[in-house]
Amino acid sequence: MTQDPLDTYRRMVLIRECEAQLNEAFAKNLFPGYIHSYLGQEACAVGVCDGLADSDVIVSNHRGRGHYLAKGMALRPMMAEMFGKATGVCGGRGGEMHAADPAIGILGGNGIVGGGLPIAAGAALSAQMDGKGAVAVAFFGEGASNNGSFGETMNVAAAWKLPLILVCENNLYAEMTPFEQTVAQPDVALRAQGYGMPGEVVDGNDVIAVRNAAARAIARARSGEGPTLLELKTYRWGGHFEGDPRKYRTRAEEAEWKARCPVARFRDVLLDRHGLDEVNVRKVEEETAAEVAEAITFALESPLPVPETALSKVYAA
Amino acid sequence: MATKTYCWAIIDAMREEMERDESVLLIGEDVAAAGGSFGATRGLLDRFGPMRVRDTPISEEIIVGLGVGAAMTGRRPIVEIMFIDFLGLCLDQIANQAAKTHYIYNGLFKMPLVIRTSSAAEMGIGPHHSQSWEALVGHIPGLKVVMPSTPRDAKGLLKAAIRDDNPVVFIEHIALHRVKEEIEDEEFLIPLGKADVKRVGRHVTVVATGLMVARALAAAETLAREGIEIEVVDPRTISPLDIDTIVESVRKTNRALVVTSSLKQFGLGSEVAAEIQERAFFDLDQPVKRLSPPFTPAPFGRQFDEYLNPSADSIVSAVRELVA
Repeated sequence: MTQDPLDTYRRMVLIRECEAQLNEAFAKNLFPGYIHSYLGQEACAVGVCDGLADSDVIVSNHRGRGHYLAKGMALRPMMAEMFGKATGVCGGRGGEMHAADPAIGILGGNGIVGGGLPIAAGAALSAQMDGKGAVAVAFFGEGASNNGSFGETMNVAAAWKLPLILVCENNLYAEMTPFEQTVAQPDVALRAQGYGMPGEVVDGNDVIAVRNAAARAIARARSGEGPTLLELKTYRWGGHFEGDPRKYRTRAEEAEWKARCPVARFRDVLLDRHGLDEVNVRKVEEETAAEVAEAITFALESPLPVPETALSKVYAA
Repeated sequence: MATKTYCWAIIDAMREEMERDESVLLIGEDVAAAGGSFGATRGLLDRFGPMRVRDTPISEEIIVGLGVGAAMTGRRPIVEIMFIDFLGLCLDQIANQAAKTHYIYNGLFKMPLVIRTSSAAEMGIGPHHSQSWEALVGHIPGLKVVMPSTPRDAKGLLKAAIRDDNPVVFIEHIALHRVKEEIEDEEFLIPLGKADVKRVGRHVTVVATGLMVARALAAAETLAREGIEIEVVDPRTISPLDIDTIVESVRKTNRALVVTSSLKQFGLGSEVAAEIQERAFFDLDQPVKRLSPPFTPAPFGRQFDEYLNPSADSIVSAVRELVA
């Protein structure tokens, strides 16, 4: 949890730098797999996680680095995990779509669209049984909202008043298909009413709006009133994965959304409303960029896991 | 000692474990107020209350997912999927989430989850309630698969499954629910992954699972009158499979028959037969024989059940061929 706007900004920049520099590494053929970039969605993860404590849990998806970093995962082991290195947070066997840190409530990513929603409900059930006011958050895209797991999770969460916040980051494209082509009604949040919980459409590129909406949902969950569905309208700057030629949309549309950059927008707020000095803000940006560069170097220089380790830990001892 | 049905053995196992460990909870369709579709959760709601014993909507994916998420956050859930045929509705949560989480995250999470489910093969309920999918779940690394054939085994194995830190698919057969057996009053556990020799013999090893164990034992009586002594081995746990006990028996008898409800093609019998020939080929006097239903769905009707599935008579015939 943070109340310091500069700390909020630092996390947004951390995600921005991480995604931008990973794309550079990918362009240089230094990345050993696919990159599902979080560029453009920084306000979503940061705005939600700003209101969470370490004892609150999140369940992420395939586009998870923003969530991991916003919730506080250490940068170097996260980066090494992305590169599949032995120094990674999961020893390198999870890779780009899977990282976790149970000590700070990060229950992992997922390679299955919609796969994390029921798990988040299960974590919320544990929190409800513990009765200590902790909450669970499920991060998922609008694509997952058309998966059966979404409906099952919504229904049980509402029926059981689970302390769950369902955060739908609507970045307009379900992989390569425009969301509006797959639904008759493009506001995911409207579905909440049918399940008996509040739903809210939020500007997902405005970290303050996200933070305020999340705070309401978190307070509701903590007090035992049950779940909330938040639909954060945002935009995925990159393709479904890096290298996706993005034939399904125009460059003009991309430029339009980049003009609504969530990081630049909050930077303006820091300078104008909070009266922060440009020099201080730039210092945060430079420090963060260097930190990310160092983490990528660490990842690149780290050893790969030994192949024989593939046979270990299939079962818990 | 007390006489218990297989069904009450299951209830006793859950009740004892829920009393012993507050982190154990039970969720599924009709498990609370109704006491279970087959009566296998009777009394648990009254004893443990609605926080720990929960009825769910008919939503298999969230049932298992609730268990996965609860297990990742310190609980030991038992979730019930009424029939094994319904695993198709929740296979992502079982195969991709429950089974792989400990592995993917390099041991950061344990997955102490029991998925209780039932087979109703040969009970005349038709193609969507009659499948034997133990081989299907046995193919998924990270899962343990248990298939008890007696009340005592059911109780001891279920208690061990609940205490296990891995996801366990626990397959009960509805036709066995009324079977009775004397069970000791003292607490006991039966370790997962240990086969049990249900009858000692010297001429043929008959590996049988679930519903087939009683048929193999009935066949053994008939064959004994002809002077043929079969050794009946019940693996009890499908995964991990206790192949050592099976091979040890085959080294003694030099002949093996595998009898399963699992279909012949890509089935449990195929796996056991392959393991035997890899490890004990030169001990075999005959090729390993499989007796399993043919590669077809199970149509409605007892006449089909009898036609398609191994019986005590067909086991007797197969053994006679092996010793001829």
